[in-house]
Amino acid sequence: MNSKTLVYILKRLGLALMTVWVVITITFFAMRAVPGGPFLSEKAVSPQVMAALEAKYGLDKPLFEQYITYLKDIVTKFDFGPSLKQRGRMVSDIISDGMRTSMKLGLIAAGIALVSGLVLGAVAAIRRNTILDKVIMVITTAFVSMPSFIMGSLLLVAFSVKLGWFPANGAEPGGLVLPIITLALYPMAYITRLTRSSMLDVLGQDYIRTARAKGVSPLNIVFGHALKNAILPVITYFGPMLAYIVTGSLVVEQIFAVPGIGRAFVRSINGRDYPLIMGTTIVLASLIVVMNLVSDILYKVVDPRITLE
Amino acid sequence: MKTNPFSLHVNLDSFMPASAKDKEYMVTHRESSTFFKDGMRRLFKNKVATVSLIIIIVITLASVFIPMFWPYSYDAQLGVRPGKPVDPSFNNLAPFEYGKTELTRIENGETVFPHIFGTDSAGRDYFIRIVYGTRISLAVGFFASIIVLVIGMTVGSIAGYLGGKVDLFIMRIVDVIYSLPDTLMCILLASILRVTLQDKLEGTVLAKIGSNIISLFIVFALLYWVSMARLIRGQILSLKEQEYVLAARASGAGASWIIRKHLIPNSISVVIISTALQIPNAIFTESYLSFLGLGVNAPMPSLGSLASDALNGISSYAYRLIIPAVVISLIVLSLNLLGDGLRDAFDPKLNT
Repeated sequence: MNSKTLVYILKRLGLALMTVWVVITITFFAMRAVPGGPFLSEKAVSPQVMAALEAKYGLDKPLFEQYITYLKDIVTKFDFGPSLKQRGRMVSDIISDGMRTSMKLGLIAAGIALVSGLVLGAVAAIRRNTILDKVIMVITTAFVSMPSFIMGSLLLVAFSVKLGWFPANGAEPGGLVLPIITLALYPMAYITRLTRSSMLDVLGQDYIRTARAKGVSPLNIVFGHALKNAILPVITYFGPMLAYIVTGSLVVEQIFAVPGIGRAFVRSINGRDYPLIMGTTIVLASLIVVMNLVSDILYKVVDPRITLE
Repeated sequence: MKTNPFSLHVNLDSFMPASAKDKEYMVTHRESSTFFKDGMRRLFKNKVATVSLIIIIVITLASVFIPMFWPYSYDAQLGVRPGKPVDPSFNNLAPFEYGKTELTRIENGETVFPHIFGTDSAGRDYFIRIVYGTRISLAVGFFASIIVLVIGMTVGSIAGYLGGKVDLFIMRIVDVIYSLPDTLMCILLASILRVTLQDKLEGTVLAKIGSNIISLFIVFALLYWVSMARLIRGQILSLKEQEYVLAARASGAGASWIIRKHLIPNSISVVIISTALQIPNAIFTESYLSFLGLGVNAPMPSLGSLASDALNGISSYAYRLIIPAVVISLIVLSLNLLGDGLRDAFDPKLNT
């Protein structure tokens, strides 16, 4: 790694930190801008109780002081304060509880999307302009233009309501199968198209012809030479893929009643549980920012031909 | 007349008036093609793009004109009659079924307009709700893209023209907004703005549009202009350095000529294409937010909120989900394919 790479990494790291800080700041001040404050929806409370509540949650202090405290608590203690609707629970506990299920969901979906996308893309490129290639391309085009909530609802209708193969509730055993498929289909289709085009590019290169000429087996050419080089653009998609899976899981967990962080987030919005909204937004946003950072850096480090400006 | 090739004597033959035969060469046999005509010809050669264009035109016209003559309206609960108790026989009708009073009218020989897709759980004609939802979704997509275009073009061209510190400052802001997770920020801002705006809009013209759609537009205006600004800045920076701009300037062209004849024609196609590709993106986001309950205000339907509502009765009325699902997918797919076709047809840098 040379100094240029290091400077690039530091620059991207700085931008990522800046972004996370902007997210926290926007979230904080946006929440405070809501008319009536967080206790508005509470059943008619007397002014004394309201004042006591506000004092308890530190809302009576000046805005800037609240902001500094909030920032300090997140950075030093990973503390987002207590939830307003789920009495006695800390936001960070709710997040880490939901995260466990959502992580499982997201990681399996990402793994499936990656493996099947690479295989389908490679197959389509090797058999290009055949029926197989065209079928793969048509199906992936359809998947790419279908919003995740539509995909999820249709799968729910087909496989759990009509056929009854899988439970409609994500908390039951086997209930995670459909949400995982829903989340995996879009990135899978995207990776397939990405792999196909970069594979076509690679297969036309001179070194593939050289390998073929010196008698390397076709299988070895595909996996040893072509796919290895064709995989590079896919690395840049890691970040956007995670962003898609995170935002997709918000609706998918809602549709299949999966007890994850996405459902907690949507519930917190509908129930106006402001500390929980802020906490989940900040955690999910940081996750996406970090993933984007990692995939960008990985791309530049893995491929030495990329020049850094 | 014999001349020395190095002589400075001019050949007088070259200065004779053109004969009729010479003039024949100058006649244009075919009308000269413009950039726009060329592009359209290429676009219509592309079958996929042409079909997509036709689908979009048909859907748009249908969503504009059908509500004008359709006998039912999107928010009329058919079972509710003034001064009478609510007639529940109108709720949850299957396609082509009729409510009680309608059945008696049919027996009396009257013709009743059929409910093509039945009615929803509140007894509203579902077909017109789908049509209306399509109209809302298309309108949101279109106007959001225009907003993005205007803001992005202004900021991008300011950064590109002025350069220097202003450019640096604007582009750092763009970088940060660009790396914000857009959907999450959208959800957050939409959930706050709709509460904040509700009271402020009361009694104004904007109240009719609804606080949710307005907040959707504000979110788009805040977050989605950055890629357009980047694109336009890049265009301006690269076009400024082109040789033909230098050549035009050297042969005495003024600034307005260069802008009209060189800069706009060379950058407009890229801008139009990315605006076109922004529309399905906006429709996608709107339907996503509607699905989470952050979209249009009830009783106004959008395709996303229709799909979301349908989820409640999914086991008995699955078609109520499938219809809006198909319409959204069809619109997004055709717009994407049309955008790709436009890019192939109009981006001169790709025609090699």
